[in-house]
Amino acid sequence: MNEKVIYVKNLVKKFGNFTANDNLSFEVFEGEIFGFLGANGAGKTTALRILSGLSKPTSGEVNVAGYDAYKQAEMIKRNIGYMCQKFSLYEDLTVKENIILYGGIYGMSKSLIRERLTNLLEKLHFQKDENRMISDLPLGLRQKLAFSVAVLHEPKIVFLDEPTGGVDPITRRQFWETIYETASRGITVFVTTHYMDEAEYCDRISIMNEGKIVALDTPEKLKKQYDAASVEEVFIKIARP
Amino acid sequence: MRTILYLIRKEFIQIFRNKFISKAIFAVPIVQMLILVPAVTFELKNIKIAIIDKDKTPESRGLINKLGGSTFFKLSFSPFSEDQANDLLHRNKCSVILQIPSGFGKDIGNGKQGKLLAAIDAVNASSAEISWAYLNGVIGDYNTDLVKQNITTSPLISSPRIEITNRYWYNELLNYKYYMLPGILVILVTAIGFLLAGLNMVREKEIGTIEQINVTPVKKYHFIIAKMVPFLLIGLTDLALGLVIGKIAFNIPFEGSIFLMFLGSTIFLIAVLGMALFISTFSGTQQQYMFVAFFCMIIFILMSGIFTPYESMPMWAQDFNLINPVAYLMRINRMVILKGSTIHDISKELYSLIVIAIGFTTLAVRRYRKTA
Repeated sequence: MNEKVIYVKNLVKKFGNFTANDNLSFEVFEGEIFGFLGANGAGKTTALRILSGLSKPTSGEVNVAGYDAYKQAEMIKRNIGYMCQKFSLYEDLTVKENIILYGGIYGMSKSLIRERLTNLLEKLHFQKDENRMISDLPLGLRQKLAFSVAVLHEPKIVFLDEPTGGVDPITRRQFWETIYETASRGITVFVTTHYMDEAEYCDRISIMNEGKIVALDTPEKLKKQYDAASVEEVFIKIARP
Repeated sequence: MRTILYLIRKEFIQIFRNKFISKAIFAVPIVQMLILVPAVTFELKNIKIAIIDKDKTPESRGLINKLGGSTFFKLSFSPFSEDQANDLLHRNKCSVILQIPSGFGKDIGNGKQGKLLAAIDAVNASSAEISWAYLNGVIGDYNTDLVKQNITTSPLISSPRIEITNRYWYNELLNYKYYMLPGILVILVTAIGFLLAGLNMVREKEIGTIEQINVTPVKKYHFIIAKMVPFLLIGLTDLALGLVIGKIAFNIPFEGSIFLMFLGSTIFLIAVLGMALFISTFSGTQQQYMFVAFFCMIIFILMSGIFTPYESMPMWAQDFNLINPVAYLMRINRMVILKGSTIHDISKELYSLIVIAIGFTTLAVRRYRKTA
């Protein structure tokens, strides 16, 4: 078994009287692609924000990349990458400027930034477009680029919050190829999605409903357990019993 | 340190890539100086006066000519009745009515006192008082003229026993532009400090890019400093531009040290940027920010003593001004530019600004949450 990179026990997050995360417990291992599934408002994003150090848990144990979410949020941030639902590269900067900015923020040296920039542009077949403004790029390309920027500094874990929202199936497919490639380098991928076909690509998935984790296993085992042909069927059986 | 430089670079690229802002940054000081400096003045000229002459003698006409000939008054109407005159005053057609009753000339001829009656529109109390003073002055002059003509008939009137001469210091010609210009420069840097940086910060919240920054190991003070530095430099550039315009267009005398003025403005800008970024931590949208920032800015500017003397404000207002950075820079600029004050003369203002700058920048850094 690989090393644990995320350890969560009895995590609770409340906003006033509303319990967004109700007693979550799970572990994620190095190099794993871990899918977080659930309907809108099930509490996926809340949990992901806590794991990435953007939000403090109300109670429970949360340890990410070996650091405690209560006291060492800034240390967690050093070791993770993050790409959120709302597209968040600077639209008024060029591809190159964005990459240099984030490289600089993570304290990478000039030569390293240059090297990674070249590699990244080559991989995305993007060499000619380094001086294009992000706002001029189609959404699919932006998403791929945002993902590449999120792993630019080779973090231990990368958190993706509905990374393929609003993207066409072909681009989604390509996006997942990039995710596989990243996981094969030993980077753990923690991804939330509500596309059930994407869940099939994950090593393990957890399904959330109304703030609780209601199922957690490999897609195969869940399908067997619920006697379903696809994860989508599993999900429907769980969410509407 | 390197991180700050990367962030500052990013801010500059964004500011100058925005076609509107990048032009406005340079257009604003030019327009503001050329329009506000000559327009905002307390000098009263061409006060519209309506004179009801019921006397119609050489004496009354002499007085009317005297008033019409002065630069202060403009003889706008010669109504026949009081009702007509009051109506003019009511409709803002004139601001002073002078009534010369019949018998005025005769009384003067007989060596008696001539009586006049003036009605002054006092909606603006201070301009009413100034109008009254001017009117008194012109009539006083006319009085002296009459006395001189009749010197033989009134041998008892001699020259006054006490004579006083004065000299106006620091602004000998009482040129209001010289007084207003340093103040307009303060407004210029205030607007840049208050509005641009705060809006920039809230914009990042609105489009969500701040989330991406918050999830990186960027230190809070790195981010705040990177938001301050570009606008600090832009503010100082605009100040320099404003000064050049002041010199070329209005030939303002610059008595003190330019370095000292820039020092004061730098500390001031840090204070204002600290306040702006502090407010931005409370605001979720640019609209919210604008509303609060504009409110603060108006209060700070109006209480700073730009139009009304600082010393004549009520005590509580003067106390409030202890935390008003605009009031300090207003004094510093006027003292340095017009009086040639040195660093010792303005040390109290400088120290106060330093305290405000450190205080609000610290608050802004502390209130800015990377982890909610």
